[in-house]
Amino acid sequence: MVELTINGTSHRVDCPGDEPLVYVLRNRLGLPGTRLACGLEQCGACLVLVDGECRYACTLPVADCAGRAVTTVEGLGNEHALHAVQQALLRHNAAQCGFCLSGIVVRAAALFRDEPRPSPADIRAALAPHICRCGAQPRVLRALDALAAGV
Amino acid sequence: MTELPAGLKRYPELDRWVRIDPADTVTVFTGKVEIGQGITTALALIASHELGVAPERIRVQTAHTGVTPNELITAGSMSVEQSGAALRQACAHARRHLLEAAAARLGVPASELAIDDGWISAPGLNERVSLWALQGGEPFRRRIEERIPERPPAPPPARQTRIDLPDKLLGRGVFLHDLHWPEMRHARVVRPPTFRHRLEGFAGSEFIDRGLETAPTAAAGVRLIRDGSFIAVIGDDEYQVVRHAERVARACRWRLVSPLEGVPLGRDSQAFLLDGGTPVTGPVPPLGFEPTFSASYSRPHLMHAALAPSAAAACWQGGRLTVWSHSQGVELLKRTLADVLGLEADAVTVIHVQGAGAYGHNGADDAALDAALCALAEPGRPVLLKWTRTQEHRWEPYGPAMRVDLAAALDGAGRITGWSHEVWSYTHAGRPVPGERGSNLAAAWLRAEPREAPPAVPRLEPEVGIHRNAWPIYALPAPRVVKRFVAPGPLRTSSLRSLGAHGNVFAIESFMDELALLAGRDPVTFRLEHLADPRARAVLEAAATLCGGVTGPRGVALARYKNRQTYAAVVVEVEVDPTTAAVRVPKVWIAADAGRVVDPDGLINQLEGGAVQALSWTLKERVRFRSDDIESEDWVSYPVLRFDETPEVITRLLDRPEQPSLGAGEATAGPTAAALANAVFAACGVRVRDMPLDAERLREAAAA
Repeated sequence: MVELTINGTSHRVDCPGDEPLVYVLRNRLGLPGTRLACGLEQCGACLVLVDGECRYACTLPVADCAGRAVTTVEGLGNEHALHAVQQALLRHNAAQCGFCLSGIVVRAAALFRDEPRPSPADIRAALAPHICRCGAQPRVLRALDALAAGV
Repeated sequence: MTELPAGLKRYPELDRWVRIDPADTVTVFTGKVEIGQGITTALALIASHELGVAPERIRVQTAHTGVTPNELITAGSMSVEQSGAALRQACAHARRHLLEAAAARLGVPASELAIDDGWISAPGLNERVSLWALQGGEPFRRRIEERIPERPPAPPPARQTRIDLPDKLLGRGVFLHDLHWPEMRHARVVRPPTFRHRLEGFAGSEFIDRGLETAPTAAAGVRLIRDGSFIAVIGDDEYQVVRHAERVARACRWRLVSPLEGVPLGRDSQAFLLDGGTPVTGPVPPLGFEPTFSASYSRPHLMHAALAPSAAAACWQGGRLTVWSHSQGVELLKRTLADVLGLEADAVTVIHVQGAGAYGHNGADDAALDAALCALAEPGRPVLLKWTRTQEHRWEPYGPAMRVDLAAALDGAGRITGWSHEVWSYTHAGRPVPGERGSNLAAAWLRAEPREAPPAVPRLEPEVGIHRNAWPIYALPAPRVVKRFVAPGPLRTSSLRSLGAHGNVFAIESFMDELALLAGRDPVTFRLEHLADPRARAVLEAAATLCGGVTGPRGVALARYKNRQTYAAVVVEVEVDPTTAAVRVPKVWIAADAGRVVDPDGLINQLEGGAVQALSWTLKERVRFRSDDIESEDWVSYPVLRFDETPEVITRLLDRPEQPSLGAGEATAGPTAAALANAVFAACGVRVRDMPLDAERLREAAAA
């Protein structure tokens, strides 16, 4: 049994401690926003925050999250109140297939939390671990540059 | 234009295309699928305009065999041209019918009525009636037999929000990978390392089994099924399935059946002379002129490398198989699955659900057969099967390697007087097709009673596969263009976004710069001197103006996709590190003419995305393999363009409301590749003719 706090809600989950967080979120807690893509910490689609730090849920054993606060993309905004990063991405239609978006939203939310006015170089460095295969990167960058500039 | 769109000739019943829902919304039906290209948004905008209903009220039902019109595959940048044209005309018929019904109801001639977000009225009339009051939930029961006038184009919206985007930003379960049913089982396949390997045996006796019978396994509720070299693990708990599949994979012993070798490009081939983009059979004439200059260009095998590994769900119940797939061709897949599994086609339903962007024929169809085989072993329970990253990289059908040999003669005035283009490649057409000749679905090759892949054959339709965009866009005297089909190749290959256009345009447009240098012209002037098509000239001039001049470390290139779709000119700016020879691309400019623009922001998104993806292919990508293994198996061994390498992209559209809308999703791939090579030459004087243009190739070319 592992005790977890996900997006502010406490859960007791009966699963092996070595089960990566991504399966727990998706299959046991009904939170599909954390995407499983590479399973190798190489693409960023599964990014979550654990006690505010960016972590790859595809390999992170759930036991390592016990007693810590996990934030997923579902915890950042909802249809009534989008997170500023989600708003910026929506305003710029910054996606094609969108499979990479959850991880990018989480990464950018952490960046803007720590540095409300990141430079273009900061934004590019922060997103470097993420893959967008559709080529929507220029739109994502335009959206986040505009957010950083307060536009 | 008096002819009906092809889709309406095949499906003339209006109800196949448009349904006025019981209240508030309208559903339109398309045989095309959303693959991240934004087609649902574009089709919603088309229906919105014709029907006079806000885009938010339009629901788009994408490909579902038996429900939507069969519009074959979603490929070749044809969705707006085909499905968009059919829907636009179908909606015009629906509108006419609704206006006639409203005229009878309101006592006003139909010609005086207008529709405003679903409400029909006339100026000065106090009464109004809605589409839903007239037709809500009721079929039209009308046949479309003639083409009727459509509404005149209105200025398209500056930025229409993608209708699928809010759910994706909020992390909702919109993807195939997120499907869930209470009784659902999870599955993984255990695949040989390459398509040329087969199972030799298991290291541990605990895994020995018989055919498709259940085998005892260590993990509770988890079973293994095997049919020859097809192996899958099925269970209720996804993580237990993953763990067990990994254990089984470690225990498998694989045998290389035949080496990963094929006929090299440049040797034996079936050759076809092209006549205006169409291959013809018969002897290929010799060069026929004395070349001033000749050069050979190449690209390696490339991957689609979808961000998410392929997946599929399937359920076998009551003699019927239902499959949920992100295949781009659900109708072909339905018939191919029926064929491989020995079922009647009517017993199979394939429903498209979005996966990650695919950019052509990737592992989606293979995963569908994998899931179907698992479902047959689990009657009555849906099975959701996912590939791993490594399986996708190793097993997807790659975009084939290409080689292009070009030769030209220049006269003293710098005009091209002779032109020869010979393109060598393996098949770009590996999609599954039903039939007796075998199967292109991977699991069919692995089963105990295998079906081999059908032998690849050259395709002779205009502008397909290897010879796509081999025919030059320039006004040249008697171009000699030869398609050289080579088989077999060393690897499994099929359709990758833009097919042969990427390699052909890379070669043609690199060569044009090389000829311009010989002729003492700048690249833009030299092209304009050989361009007759005013729309091609316009995009080239627009791109040159947009970037402020093709000068310094910049290169330009141009093409009209398939010589009949979107015109695109691309300027790329580079920085070449003098020490490491690494190439960076800070900026890209695109000018494009896609005819009548439906969704400008969606169009720009496709043009930009195609350019960025092609930069990744051309700058970084190469499938690495040996005779006994594929070495590109993840994002480390197959690097792609990352955010910190992404250029700024500036796009200008040349809207032509009087012209038909043209497919655009693949238009920038070729020009971007050549513009990059031309920019590298402009920056450092090194001509790189072999992709990828990475530091290694740059140093090789500089030393040559």
